[in-house]
Amino acid sequence: MTTKPSVSKAELAEQFRSFIDPDYVITDSETMKPYECDGLSMYCEMPLLVVLPETVEQVQRVMRICNEHKVPVVARGAGTGLSAGAMPHKEGVVLSLAKFNRILEIDPLARTARLQPGVRNLAISEEAAQYGLYYGPDPSSQIACTIGGNVAENSGGVHCLKYGLTVHNLHSVEMVTAEGDVVTVGSDALDVCGMDLLALMTGSEGLLGVVTEVKVKLLPKPEVARVVMAGFDSVQNGGDAVGGVISHGIIPGGLEMMDSHAIVAADDFAKAGYPREAKALLLCEVDGTVEEVDEHIALAEEVFRKFGATSVRTSESEEERAVLWKGRKSAFPAVGRISPDYYCMDGTIPRRELANVLLRMEEMSEEFGLRVANVFHAGDGNLHPLILFDSNVPGEFERTEAFGSSILRLCVEVGGCITGEHGVGVEKIRQMAVQFSDDELQQFHDVKAAFDPAGILNPGKGVPALKFCQEYRSLEHKQHKHEPTEAAHG
Amino acid sequence: MADISKQLTEQVVAARDGGHKLNIVGGGTKAFMGRAADADAGTLSVGEHSGIVEYHPVELVLTVRAGTPLSDIETALDEHGQALHFEPPRLGPKATIGGTLATNLSGPARPWTGSVRDQVLGVRLLNGKGEHLRFGGQVMKNVAGYDVSRLQAGAMGTLGVMTEISLKVMPKSAASMTLVQDMAMDEVIHYMNSRSAEPKPITGACWVDGKVYLRLSGAKSAVEATARKWSGEVLETGDEFWQQVQDLKHEFFAGNDVPLWRFSVGSTAATPKLDGHWFIDWAGAQRWYRGAGALSDMEPLARAAGGQVSLFRGGDRHGEVMHHQPEALKSIQRRVKNSFDPDNIFNPGRLYSWL
Repeated sequence: MTTKPSVSKAELAEQFRSFIDPDYVITDSETMKPYECDGLSMYCEMPLLVVLPETVEQVQRVMRICNEHKVPVVARGAGTGLSAGAMPHKEGVVLSLAKFNRILEIDPLARTARLQPGVRNLAISEEAAQYGLYYGPDPSSQIACTIGGNVAENSGGVHCLKYGLTVHNLHSVEMVTAEGDVVTVGSDALDVCGMDLLALMTGSEGLLGVVTEVKVKLLPKPEVARVVMAGFDSVQNGGDAVGGVISHGIIPGGLEMMDSHAIVAADDFAKAGYPREAKALLLCEVDGTVEEVDEHIALAEEVFRKFGATSVRTSESEEERAVLWKGRKSAFPAVGRISPDYYCMDGTIPRRELANVLLRMEEMSEEFGLRVANVFHAGDGNLHPLILFDSNVPGEFERTEAFGSSILRLCVEVGGCITGEHGVGVEKIRQMAVQFSDDELQQFHDVKAAFDPAGILNPGKGVPALKFCQEYRSLEHKQHKHEPTEAAHG
Repeated sequence: MADISKQLTEQVVAARDGGHKLNIVGGGTKAFMGRAADADAGTLSVGEHSGIVEYHPVELVLTVRAGTPLSDIETALDEHGQALHFEPPRLGPKATIGGTLATNLSGPARPWTGSVRDQVLGVRLLNGKGEHLRFGGQVMKNVAGYDVSRLQAGAMGTLGVMTEISLKVMPKSAASMTLVQDMAMDEVIHYMNSRSAEPKPITGACWVDGKVYLRLSGAKSAVEATARKWSGEVLETGDEFWQQVQDLKHEFFAGNDVPLWRFSVGSTAATPKLDGHWFIDWAGAQRWYRGAGALSDMEPLARAAGGQVSLFRGGDRHGEVMHHQPEALKSIQRRVKNSFDPDNIFNPGRLYSWL
């Protein structure tokens, strides 16, 4: 969508340095190097330059200049994203919001926090703790990821079923538009008049505006949380047990499942005392008042036994709860220990398809000649297959990508979607053509143009150009018929 | 109970080709909302497009055609001990899920259990080009593409015709109890917000006629234990009371002579000084006001309270009835509208005179 920028790197840098501290206008490749990728480091690109404004007015001036000269702008928080959404554009500016790192206000009575976009997710809950409050969404990168990035990706975490995603926990977002205007979408209230632009902005992956301030909701910290761990001798039983818990009217704060590969890897790593022989492990956390948790924990234990759990263990103390969670929380690094590299996928499926999907994934694993371990946000259907590979083996990453692509196609086929919480970015842009028709993708492009007529915000991400989609769909179709077996031997 | 999406598509295409406008109507129970409908526009009836498409209780997901009456949905959910947690106002027996989402209407539990917009997972939408598009999906976590589904909340049909809606549904609460006590209006804001900041199973907090009502819902043991700790008398007719609040059937809302204003504001803001009656709901975040006045006089008061105001019912329906929008947002909304409905077919002028 973008045309060639009408300004040179030197001219652009000079313009920025006239109103931004020259130290924060970075043009040399050595200093720019850390910005070349986000958390998905297989995808990298060096930008034209990096700029770190310190005020909203500076952000506006950056946007006006870039809009005038058609220079791409990639906004960046902590760079923890897992879909290359913050990968730089080689002719563009990386606009880092790192200097916007202040918690502006916590209002304990209204239960809100007003934040600059560079505030870390976990820092919000740490600051709110003194009032008995916390911020709900807790993506696994919460120690590092920022609230601005959370808005851009509509980040989730392990508590989504009960507490929702980022979009459910926002009051308002102040943003700078592509044309350099400052607008606020949402308010201190729970809704505003007219179309819901706040929802549209949330999860828009930096394609519609640059977030400069966020007001989030805070929740009262539950009186108590306890976790039940249950092992099952089949994935089917584990999956059915999840449905059983929900059918009994329990909405767990967290409900996580791991398959046998993930169980063993996590237990080796965290010494959590997991049932290593189990084919599926469930961690079901119930939070709330003391009375409610006691009632629901007893019920959950009963349901798990009824659905054939081979082992059931309930945390009796905060320490025990932490130990049981430790394995799940360290599942990624644990898997990282048993393989030189791993690639984390992120699809969502209707829960009833779990056993079927895992079975078909096992078959694909054989076909592609690559191992896969699964961790699953069972409450909300968000599946994270971890494909194990070795990037030093020629062709293995390409095979991993093909395997991943087949998994995402499977997710769509069973009624799910290609990304539950990591976003499309560059990584899944081709698979957008599997989930959406050309008319739907064109509608996305038209929405984008409504916010960003010149197409300077994060171009090339999120929504694919239509001319590539047809080609990709037919290519995928062919690959699905023939390629996996050939690739596995090749 | 039929799928008439093909017919709807033909009507949209015909309107586009003939240069006509269309007023989208479901059950017609919300005709009083928004600005007066364009008298020269034709009617696009979605009411016939009804029925449950898919319902998987264990998945907590329901997909229905947009013209499905709320009562049909509630009956189907009830059989499985589930409910719409956003407690949609049933403004009449024919009120539909499509109209509920288009007007973003939610009931008293909204601050705690979310709004209709919060529970939407996906929509099918006929845009102004007659394209039948699918956004979002039937799963709870889905970040592929822009959230066009939730964008529809409050758009009052200006962006297209919703034909199908997927929603998250939840189990019904096992027990609920209402506590009532006398309280002055200037004390109640602090009281309701303080209670909301406690980790207790609160799902309703409103004030009317000098009394504050708090509702507790959840596990029986938790509801009873909280009720013992908190002050207030148990209201035996609590369920009826909350149904009246949900459906705007409480006597506060009766009659059309005096305009009804809706202030959607920060929950802790001071209530504007206005002569007339107030009904405070959502622990302070939604405040209804009965009284005459001009929108331009109400707006600064709403802004000072951190939110916006709309003329919900009565008064002049030909002027603006929704809070004024700043220029930059007007421009974005016009362009968004144009991206969905380039020929301005749907509900012209219903939301704003300029849209």
